[in-house]
Amino acid sequence: MSPVGRTYRIPLPALAAASLVLVTVALALVFFVVPNDADQGFSQRIFYFHVSIAFTAYACFAGGAWKALLHLWKRDPSADLESYVAVHQGLIFGSLVLLTGSIWARISWGHWWLWSEDQLVLFLVLFLFYAAYFMLRFSVDPGPQRANLSAVYALFGVVLIPVSFLAIRIAKHFIHPVVFTSNVSKNLPGSMLVTYCVAQAALLVLAYTLYRVELSGKRIDARLRELRLA
Amino acid sequence: MTTAEKYVTAAYCVIFGVVLAYVVLIALKLQRLEREVDELERQRPEVADDERETIHVG
Repeated sequence: MSPVGRTYRIPLPALAAASLVLVTVALALVFFVVPNDADQGFSQRIFYFHVSIAFTAYACFAGGAWKALLHLWKRDPSADLESYVAVHQGLIFGSLVLLTGSIWARISWGHWWLWSEDQLVLFLVLFLFYAAYFMLRFSVDPGPQRANLSAVYALFGVVLIPVSFLAIRIAKHFIHPVVFTSNVSKNLPGSMLVTYCVAQAALLVLAYTLYRVELSGKRIDARLRELRLA
Repeated sequence: MTTAEKYVTAAYCVIFGVVLAYVVLIALKLQRLEREVDELERQRPEVADDERETIHVG
């Protein structure tokens, strides 16, 4: 079945412009406005993007799972491709979480990676789980069977998201910093919170823009393949 | 520049680099698709010539 195109309310150039503006503003806030963290100093500035990228990766995986559910439930013909692109985006942002996290760990802990830290290992498990999604997808011939298998796999993976997210809060050692807690006094103060929110919005809009660009490329590719066969 | 500043700069450069690499890959793919569309457009008149019906006049 050919993936059916959708019409979106927000045009792609507007999304691209919004991403550019938001990312620029977020970078300006991170480097020129927010004060140094009293505990971690300058290195804490990694977190504005590291945490935002992590939440964006979770959102992409959750979006992929939602589209997978739509594929299985309503047999939406475009849902399989959308699920695949969302998981792909999640993997790109997931790799950025691992890279930026490792750089921060090197500054603060003196190690690029610690296998003893549950939250790091759990995020790696989540990342590898979704990396295996592509191995599964490309080991099956294109068609309904591949779409169904991929959808079921993407749905299973979503279970790991709350586990990975909560691991940071229930970890025994608390070496990994917690940005948001239930204790309001320990949360980020004014300018830091605004910077984080802008960075989060920037990353979400950027991810959505890249998702739309990749999706339109994949749809053109699929239509071309159909035209060749016709 | 302190060590922390170097690492933070490196982290943001990594983010920029990965996003840039992704955009370059997508751009290369779109270029390929454009070439394929051109190729299909070139093939269309040939097919039309083959399928044209021959009519004897007079």
